[in-house]
Amino acid sequence: MSWFDSIVGWTRATGQSASQWAFGPEWGTHAYTVGSSLAMILMVLVPVLLTVLYYQLVERWVIGWIQVRKGPNRVGWKGVLQPIADAIKLLMKEQMIPTGANKALFLLAPVVSVAPALAAWAIVPFSPTWVIADVDAAILVMLAMTSLGIYGVIIAGWASNSKYAFIGAMRAAAQMVSYELAMGFALVGALMAGQSMRLSEIVARQDGNWGFIEWFWLPLLPLFVIHYIAGLAETNRHPFDVAEGESEIVAGFHVEYSGMMFAVFFLAEYANMILISTISSLVFLGGWLSPFNFAAIREAGAPLSWLAAPGIWWLLAKIAFLMFMFLWVRASFPRYRYDQIMRLGWKVFIPLTLIWIAVVGVMMMEPFASDYFSIWFGRQP
Amino acid sequence: MSIGRALSSLMMWELGKGLMLTGRHLFKRKVTVMYPEEKTPKSARFRGLHALRRYPNGEERCIACKLCEAVCPALAITIDSEERPDGTRRTTRYDIDLVKCIYCGFCEESCPVDSIVETDMHEFHFESRGETVYTKAMLLAIGDRYEAEIAAARGEDAAYR
Repeated sequence: MSWFDSIVGWTRATGQSASQWAFGPEWGTHAYTVGSSLAMILMVLVPVLLTVLYYQLVERWVIGWIQVRKGPNRVGWKGVLQPIADAIKLLMKEQMIPTGANKALFLLAPVVSVAPALAAWAIVPFSPTWVIADVDAAILVMLAMTSLGIYGVIIAGWASNSKYAFIGAMRAAAQMVSYELAMGFALVGALMAGQSMRLSEIVARQDGNWGFIEWFWLPLLPLFVIHYIAGLAETNRHPFDVAEGESEIVAGFHVEYSGMMFAVFFLAEYANMILISTISSLVFLGGWLSPFNFAAIREAGAPLSWLAAPGIWWLLAKIAFLMFMFLWVRASFPRYRYDQIMRLGWKVFIPLTLIWIAVVGVMMMEPFASDYFSIWFGRQP
Repeated sequence: MSIGRALSSLMMWELGKGLMLTGRHLFKRKVTVMYPEEKTPKSARFRGLHALRRYPNGEERCIACKLCEAVCPALAITIDSEERPDGTRRTTRYDIDLVKCIYCGFCEESCPVDSIVETDMHEFHFESRGETVYTKAMLLAIGDRYEAEIAAARGEDAAYR
C-alpha cells in the first residue's frame, strides 16, 4: 500500500499549501481542517450510500434465489441498473403530506431518522488510521447515535396523524428500546474484553498468533449472537419486522410517506443495517485482521504470508458476510408474534447478556486469564 | 418449558436447520420463465381472445341463433339480426365487450355451428374505453387470420368433446 500512502501524503501536502495560499497563514489551517474533514466524510458516506443502493438490489436477488426465482435481471446487464431506476422513480414521485398531519414534524422525521444513521459512521475505523473521528468513547457515540434514530420513527408515526402509522411507531419504539438494552450489554462485554471503548483499540486487542481464534467472537459467543439478533430487531428487520406488518398496519410508521421522503427512511434502515454489520465485525470479528493471521502462516514466507496481512478487504468481507446473513435470515424465518419479541428481548437476551458479562469478568480475572484464557485476556497490548 | 427444550432453543439448532434448507435453495436451478422471450406451453382448450369463423366457402358460420348471447353470464355479447335476400338469417351486429367478458367459454360451448370460438391468444390490450368492444368485422378478421390455428386446436381437442 505504499503507493496509496504516497498519494494520501501528496494530497495532504497539496491541500495544506492550497488552503494556506487561499486563506492566508492564519485561516489556512482551519480551512484545511474543515476541507479535509468534508473530504473524509464524502469518502465514507458516498461508498455507504452506494452500498445502500446496491444492498437492496442484492437483497432482492438473494431472496429471489432462495425462493428459486431469478430476481430482478431486466434493467441493465443482469439487472445492475435496477437500483438506479428505483431511485429515479422515487425522485420523480409526488411528495404527499396528509391533510391532518403536523407538517413541520412530518418533514422533520425523515431527517431525524437518517442523520444519526449517517453520523454514526464518523467513529467507524476502516483501518488503524482510516477514521473520521477516532473518539475515545466510540462505542458510546455509536450507541447514542443508533438510539437517536428512534426519535425519527416516533415523530414520523405521530406527525402522520394516521392510526396505522401511530401503531407502527409505537411497536417500533417499544421494540427498539427493548433490544437497545441487550445490544448495549453485549457491547459492554466487548469493551470489557477489549479494555477500551475505542474501536481501533478493540480490534488491536484481537491481534495475535492464532488468527480467527483470537477474535472476541469465541469468548463472547453468546454476546456476539445476541448483538447480531438485537441488531436485526433494532433495524426492524425480519423476523422482527412487526413494526411494518404488511397485513395489519401496511408499512408501519412510514405508511404516509411517499417519494423521496420514503426513500430517506429506507436509506436510514439500510444504513443502520450496514452500520450494525460493521460494528459487529469490528468488535467481534477482528475488523481488518486476517482470519489466517497465524504465527506459522505469517512466518511461512512470501507465497503465504500475504494471507496473514491485515487489510481493509478483510473488514469488507466480514461486513459483506454479516450483511448477507441479514438477507438469509429474512428469507428463512417467519415473523415473531409481538409478545414473543418482547419476551425474547427482556426475559432471554438481557439475563443472558448479564450472565455472560459476569462470565467474561471471571475469565479476565488473574489466575484464570493467564492460565486458561491467555489467548484473549492474558497479555497487555 | 423443560431444561432440555430451553437448551436446544438456546443453541438455535432448528434455526440453523432452517437456514441450511434455504441455503441449499440459494443454489438450485431457478424456475423463472423469462416471459416475453420464453413462454410456457398453452393447452388447446385455452380460452383467450374471441373469433368468428367462416365455412371454407367463405360464408360466415353464425346464424344469429343468439344462444351465446343468452348463455353469456356477463352479458358481454350483443347481437342484432335480419333476413338476408337469400332467405337466411344472419347477424347485422355482433359485439363482444372484452372488459365484461369473463372468458368462461360458454359462448363457444353453446354455439351449434362452431362459429364463435375463443382462441389461445391472450396478449392483447386496449388503450381507450371504446376499444374494448370488438365488433363483428373485427371478430371475423381474427377468425380469417387464425383459421388454421383455430381449426388445429379444435381438432386436437375433438376426441375429448
